[in-house]
Amino acid sequence: MDSKKQRELLHLLEEDSRMSAEQIGKMLAEPTEVIERAIATLEAEKVIVKYPALINWERVEDHPYVNAMIDVKVTPKRDVGFDEVAERICRFPEVKAVYLMSGASYDLSVVLEGKTMREVATFVSQKLATLDSVVSTATHFILKRYKHDGIELEDRDEDRRMVVTP
Amino acid sequence: MSMQLSVKSRLSSTVASLKPSGIRRFFDLAASMEGVISLGVGEPDFVTPWRMREASISSLERGHTAYTSNAGMPQLRVEIQKYLEERFSVSYHPENEILVTVGASEAIDIALRAILDPGDEVLVVEPCYVSYEPVIRLAGGVPVFLKTTMENQFKLTPEELETHITPRTKAIIFCYPNNPTGGTMTADEWKTLLPIIEKHDLLVISDEIYAELTYGRMHDSIAALPGMKDRTILISGFSKAFAMTGWRLGYVCATPDLLAGMLKIHQYTMLCAPTMAQMAALEALRHGRSDMERMIESYRQRRNFVVDGFRQIGLSCHEPDGAFYAFPSIASTGLSSSEFAEKLLMEEKVAVVPGDVFGESGNGHIRCSYATSMEQLKKALDRMESLMGKLS
Repeated sequence: MDSKKQRELLHLLEEDSRMSAEQIGKMLAEPTEVIERAIATLEAEKVIVKYPALINWERVEDHPYVNAMIDVKVTPKRDVGFDEVAERICRFPEVKAVYLMSGASYDLSVVLEGKTMREVATFVSQKLATLDSVVSTATHFILKRYKHDGIELEDRDEDRRMVVTP
Repeated sequence: MSMQLSVKSRLSSTVASLKPSGIRRFFDLAASMEGVISLGVGEPDFVTPWRMREASISSLERGHTAYTSNAGMPQLRVEIQKYLEERFSVSYHPENEILVTVGASEAIDIALRAILDPGDEVLVVEPCYVSYEPVIRLAGGVPVFLKTTMENQFKLTPEELETHITPRTKAIIFCYPNNPTGGTMTADEWKTLLPIIEKHDLLVISDEIYAELTYGRMHDSIAALPGMKDRTILISGFSKAFAMTGWRLGYVCATPDLLAGMLKIHQYTMLCAPTMAQMAALEALRHGRSDMERMIESYRQRRNFVVDGFRQIGLSCHEPDGAFYAFPSIASTGLSSSEFAEKLLMEEKVAVVPGDVFGESGNGHIRCSYATSMEQLKKALDRMESLMGKLS
């Protein structure tokens, strides 16, 4: 399978990971087996990492989670730079994402999920802020999500076209 | 005593004699039903990309609400010139060979009105867009239909063209990539027609509204072939490639003498195309390429899916190289296009357009637009399979 088709395959799976190999095969004009093989290879190469569902938790009643983005300033260490502390932060299960940032007044951006604001606060004050390399933290709670992973969560465009047109 | 006025007597005989659109009848029927899956829609399922919408909003905020020049904003015409040259190797001068219109529909109308005298014949390649025949008649012309068939991938052949030319033939009009069949023509296929077009000194009205929607190869414009620019009126617009149907923005390109004639009609009727739509079109041409490519990729994938689906359920279907329509044959069911479409709508709640509304040679086919979500396409194919089961 050429690289253009491989990219198309990845786009299709990103849009709907439940699409079957047979259906993708029809759409890309390739035999089902070729698609199955390509997916297996992409999984083995860790290009396809996971097949998650994008849930709009705002719509789930009594959703017990709060999300926060924490700006973390750290002191980099000789030889390992920011990597060591970043990897350590990654290991906490409540941490959903960690990014090394440029151009900001902080170094790491940590995305966190907790059941309550108190839980997040406890994590920051007792786990994150107390790490050796961490100099300071600034916690921002997410109040509402409008767009996530390229998907607008609330304002989905509906098909407003007439049923039959020229 | 009140006086009864006959509506018919107050209309011109030409207008009174026009048949209502066959599509309209289906629209009324489908619109009255609930839970209908529609493959009857002749427009993109994408909303106009945000960058074009934003450009238009921004132009309104800056107060761009006045008329533009009759022929369209000069900078838009320059962008159209660059675009046509880059994409299709056709070159028109932005000052006197390009006119921005209210949709490609207006362009078709003014092109015909500019060239036709009463009784002039216009060859129409069938199956064809539903407006060609009435617009030719409204311009005083007489349509003469040229047939294409699925066996021939809906391409126009030299034999079919030559057979229908008479001393009154003034022009030929066609749309490639084609609505409703999705058929296309290659440069080599166009070349077989050129000697006949030249011999009979025909004008060519080439409706290229689907030019960007080709799969596997670039669109070949007849205007790009040697000697053809001078006798071709090229029509296109933003509706299909950029998902801008409601903006009503198109353009027509022709030699200065022909364009001057069309400009007269345009300035006395439309004056100019809407300013805010022109601003959006400018943005589309300057920065909308990636949006367009994303949509085309999606159409191609869905085309592959539905064509395979039709064949699986026993409907023979030519693989369309362009536009976003499949035109499967339903001849094997023994039903006419209208009977099949009506049965499909009433029994399975799937709306398609009967092929015969696009001309006699469309009979035995249905037009299915695949510009709809994969989920809807899957459901529609399942329902069609169910109908085929009942008919067998």
